[in-house]
Amino acid sequence: MNHRDLLIRGRGLTKVFGYGSQKTTAVDAVDFDFHKGEIISIVGESGSGKTTLAKMIMGLLKESSGVIEYKGQPRRLKSHADRKRYWKDIQAIFQDPFSSFNLFYRVEKLLLDCIKLQGLKLTKEERYRKMQEACSFVNLKFEELHNKYPFELSGGQMQRLMIARIFMLHPKVLIADEPTSMVDACSRSTILDMLLKLRDENEMTIIFITHDVGLAYYVSDTIYIMEKGKIVESGPAEDMILNPQHGYTRQLINDVPKIHSAWDLGS
Amino acid sequence: MSTNILEVSGLKTYYKTRLKEKVFAVDGVDFNLEEGKTLGIAGESGCGKSTLALSLMGFYFPPLHYGSGSIRISGNDIMKLSKEQLRSKVSGREIAYIPQAAMNALNPTLRIIRFIEDIMKEHRPELSKKQVWELAADRFKTLNLPEKVLKSYPSELSGGMKQRTVIAISTILNPKVLIADEPTSALDVTSQKAVIKLLKDLLDKKYIRSLVFITHELPLLYHVTDEIMVMYAGEIVERGTAEQMIFDPVHPYTKKLMGSILVPEEGMKGQKLAAIPGAPPNLKQVPPGCRFAERCSFAQSECKTGKVPIRASGNHLYRCLFETETLKEWYANEPS
Repeated sequence: MNHRDLLIRGRGLTKVFGYGSQKTTAVDAVDFDFHKGEIISIVGESGSGKTTLAKMIMGLLKESSGVIEYKGQPRRLKSHADRKRYWKDIQAIFQDPFSSFNLFYRVEKLLLDCIKLQGLKLTKEERYRKMQEACSFVNLKFEELHNKYPFELSGGQMQRLMIARIFMLHPKVLIADEPTSMVDACSRSTILDMLLKLRDENEMTIIFITHDVGLAYYVSDTIYIMEKGKIVESGPAEDMILNPQHGYTRQLINDVPKIHSAWDLGS
Repeated sequence: MSTNILEVSGLKTYYKTRLKEKVFAVDGVDFNLEEGKTLGIAGESGCGKSTLALSLMGFYFPPLHYGSGSIRISGNDIMKLSKEQLRSKVSGREIAYIPQAAMNALNPTLRIIRFIEDIMKEHRPELSKKQVWELAADRFKTLNLPEKVLKSYPSELSGGMKQRTVIAISTILNPKVLIADEPTSALDVTSQKAVIKLLKDLLDKKYIRSLVFITHELPLLYHVTDEIMVMYAGEIVERGTAEQMIFDPVHPYTKKLMGSILVPEEGMKGQKLAAIPGAPPNLKQVPPGCRFAERCSFAQSECKTGKVPIRASGNHLYRCLFETETLKEWYANEPS
């Protein structure tokens, strides 16, 4: 498989919050190249600027300086039409699935909205089949769920439903901001496997944000390690985890408990 | 010979719904915890881990109710005590509990030292404010927490620091047993390590005698605890030493749980992770027979009807109809 089609490229991306003495640089001159059909992990501890970077890529935050190129062109988000075009290609899932759902809508309506958004004219049966297909993609049964409200679902189910929506919209880029930190270990492995499936079947580029190197290693092709707003090391997942060069990467790997070697708690 | 510090037998606690149905979230749990040992409780969400932790405290607030069974701490049955006695004699002194969202339990308008003064007012009223400060500062110093935390407001602390502060506050009276309910699930890996280190420090310095650690992160349990207990649908399905449970699990449910471990080690990439289809059963109508039968890939027809015995080999307990050898054979032949 050829993964080398460049999709998003960032050069000297910087975000500064505040003015004067309150100035903090959340993201500091970050360069990246994200290719098509690749899962990229951005790993770092809390406050290292992972989410800020993701929000800039999403276009929710305006960059202080630097450029983002999308499909070889500098990204334009000036007009409403520009933004609409860009956001059609990019979707996100967040840490807290509860915040992403309208609590007054049943599951059926949530999924129907995805069909409406695409502006497709489908018959009732086709719509129904499409929703069923999306639910079976994430191992949920549409027949059992369609009449439920979000609060009746568990965290893992909601997060999977979120992925079902992504599956229906098939964007080019998916930004997953710690999608597994609020679910238990079992649902976590199912969600990660679904991300891999999205990559393989739909050629989606997935930007996976996490603080756990273990997850990043399992799911991603490329890992970027962020420390205090800077990218300190990046490379293919295998190299990064099994043969880390930077001290911070080693520290992150060391912070995760392992099962085949001792865990150095330090002093 | 070591003595049991915590003995739980036949504990049943339930939630009462608005329709007066009883949902047994902890359904006949028996276990002992020896002095100086640590016990990990693992399981999926909704298996009754947190309810068990709450029940162990002896406080029951509706909709949670006490059904039957006994909880003994150093031989005294705490279920026989009145609420007042529980509050003044047991909680904080004998057994302390750190809830899941512990860091949100801090009142944002008070400095940290006020919480400690509050505890001392109840439990050691003879101490002056100055003595309380000295005691707290001393404790914080031995636990490698900065003393200036005592003067700070909760909002000035980071998440990891808040969590560590809560642990330090709740163990200030040197309780015999500390129950930590997912103390690290909202933290990043670096703060998680700091919290684990703090818990180890507490144990090493004998501030707490035993620890019950609840989490779904199995690699963590492996490093922190001596023994691991796996809960499923309100019951204990397997219990053994950490080593045994991680590398040589017997029960099909534990086997699946262990298969979902993710660590940054060679060979993890591209490995197929185990996923358990379906969800834990609705505890309103518990299926007869084995509760895991619905989702078990080895389930036979008799699993869904017969009563499931607890089998033991030495210290290792598991709840299944089948012998260890039979299960092992099935695992070996399972297509991956």
